[in-house]
Amino acid sequence: MNKSKDNKKDSPAISRRNFLISSAAAIGGTALLGSYKDASASKEFAGWPDRFGCLTDLTACVGCRSCEKACNEANNLPKPGVQFDEGSVFKEKRRPTAQAYTVVNQYKNPKDVSKPIYRKIQCNHCNEPACASACPIHAYTKTPEGAVLYDPEKCFGCRYCMIACPFYVPAYDYESAFEPKIVKCVMCHDRIKTGGIPACAEACPVGAVTFGKRNDLLKVARKKIMENPDRYIDHIYGEHEAGGTSWMYISGVPFEQLDFPVNLPKKPLIEETKGFLSAVPVVFTVWPAMFGMVYAALRHREEIEKNSRHKKEEDRHE
Amino acid sequence: MSNGSLTKTENFRSWFMNKLLMGMSWSEYSRRLITPFNIAAAIILSIGIPVIAIRFINGLASVTHASNEYPWGILLGWGLFGGVPLSATGFVMGTAYYIFGFKGYKPLVRLGILTGFMGYLFAVIYLMTDLGRPWRIYYPMIIGFGTASVLFLVAWHVATYLTVQFIEFSEAILEWLKSRRVYKWATMVVIGMTIAGIILSTLHQSALGALFLLAPGKMHPLWYSSYLPHLFLSSSIYAALAMVIVVSTLIAKFMRSAADNNFLGNIDRLTIGLGKGACIGMFVYFALKIVGIAHDNNWHLLATPYGKWFTMEILGFVLMPAMILTYGVKKSSAGIVRFGAFYAVSGVILNRINVSIIAFNWNLPDHLHHIIPPWQEVAIVAAIATIHILIFRWIVNRMPVVREHPEYREFH
Repeated sequence: MNKSKDNKKDSPAISRRNFLISSAAAIGGTALLGSYKDASASKEFAGWPDRFGCLTDLTACVGCRSCEKACNEANNLPKPGVQFDEGSVFKEKRRPTAQAYTVVNQYKNPKDVSKPIYRKIQCNHCNEPACASACPIHAYTKTPEGAVLYDPEKCFGCRYCMIACPFYVPAYDYESAFEPKIVKCVMCHDRIKTGGIPACAEACPVGAVTFGKRNDLLKVARKKIMENPDRYIDHIYGEHEAGGTSWMYISGVPFEQLDFPVNLPKKPLIEETKGFLSAVPVVFTVWPAMFGMVYAALRHREEIEKNSRHKKEEDRHE
Repeated sequence: MSNGSLTKTENFRSWFMNKLLMGMSWSEYSRRLITPFNIAAAIILSIGIPVIAIRFINGLASVTHASNEYPWGILLGWGLFGGVPLSATGFVMGTAYYIFGFKGYKPLVRLGILTGFMGYLFAVIYLMTDLGRPWRIYYPMIIGFGTASVLFLVAWHVATYLTVQFIEFSEAILEWLKSRRVYKWATMVVIGMTIAGIILSTLHQSALGALFLLAPGKMHPLWYSSYLPHLFLSSSIYAALAMVIVVSTLIAKFMRSAADNNFLGNIDRLTIGLGKGACIGMFVYFALKIVGIAHDNNWHLLATPYGKWFTMEILGFVLMPAMILTYGVKKSSAGIVRFGAFYAVSGVILNRINVSIIAFNWNLPDHLHHIIPPWQEVAIVAAIATIHILIFRWIVNRMPVVREHPEYREFH
């Protein structure tokens, strides 16, 4: 009886107190030291195993912009001023904006001028997204399903994610004074979770966008390239770029001709800052010891000098 | 009873007004305010403050270039990236004086700390003008921890360091207010605060460079170096020394009445000493820049247009001012050292603008056209910079920054 009472008294009270102390210390410590326990940032993380993705076949796309229309409707985005069947939009190169998650651009085909190439742009949903590594408030999440999602409720609008994104995807709602937010493709996350597929992939009349598990898509892409070596160049864009992306592309012309960034490292971009961040705890522990020591040593010398000066004066008096 | 408290209130009021008006009457004080500098400041503010108001009422799009490709403009390029290295003054002077025992630099220590504190405070103000939702500025501390983010580190360190510098400067505020009890407490923590300042400064000065490491595809390879954090830290140290020369020169020229003889009489000698430190720092930085090019084997890029601009930066704005400083130190000429210091400071600002604005997105079509800021952004920057100077002057005029408070001499 007594024993159990003691136990009761001891363990929960102390553990709660300890818990509070240690969690406060953990929060403060991680905050100042900047170490990371983030799953997506850890060394051995090879990505969520069953994540979905899309494969865009740039040789199939006919530039009908059905995907833009379907995306606009599925995500309740504002209606654009220009209709979706209007071809004049191709006169200039567009990019995803605060009003459009995805856009299609037209490029001249070096092989056949009568058949322009179309490139669909949207968030590539990186395996280890630079936007998420950039965000100081953890407003971005790489979901196990593959989509990279952004939470406007956390964001304070520093726009470092836009600096970090190697694909120029996140757009900012600069027009809004009180609730500005990042806008970007969500890979129709809600539809995927209920067994559906992204609206753009569903709407494509020529099957240029294939939805599936990323691992399966890689196989599909390799098979297509192997079976049609004249049609495709031997490169799956997004297999390795910036650590790999959920959205991948195959093309008939080199990707740099379609304005894809081709100067990206194969490692996730967070690797570029890891070296710096791992130096942080070193500075926190070595600096106080070092500078404290210098301070103490100099004060010590001052004291010795003072003492010997006193002694000399005393000697002189004698 | 009521009479007694009335006298007390009256006493407090006159004591307080005496502090604020520096012992002058209202009419005398307001008459003294009409100077050419103040008139110019009033004109800048009358343009800039309405623009800032428009920014908060109608959103960023109404006054900035607000582009999806160029999320950061001169508000951060100048205010944050340019301002923070020039605010390393507090940590550099504090370390030299309190830790390494350069006791001779005492007349400049508080000036260094105030310059640093004000610099950080205004870096945050520039940032809050640029943030989409500035009222959420505390979110990285409470709402979400992006522990893998370099910016998370910057946010925490700048916030902590601002507090540290405030505590360091509180000595002067407390002397001004003649509060002895708290004063003693404040002087006790100064060594701890100085060491905290070294840690925080080392890390966030370099972190500002590390921010750009996340964008290897977008930065020009000459400025994108794995040494970016080291380069930012190393240049902030000489920037601080040069900045103390700049600020003390301006005070000795335009605010003589705020300074005592200890400051005015020693300033030339100390300027040369600081100049010596700065030129050593600049040669170290220059060498690091060269090692950076060699490390990435980017020599061939020096012949390109961007390479010429890069060469211009490191020869014209690092090596050149370093040589002028060296010459000034050799000749023991405070005038030449001062010229070199102004030049060196401009070189640091140029470097930060180059990294954050010119080298970023260099491969986009029409890049140089896109980075020209609209006049409204320039007006905002000019207004914030003017307020910065006015508050700085207000403090130096009232508090013992470049003069010693006679009653507190024994404590120092």
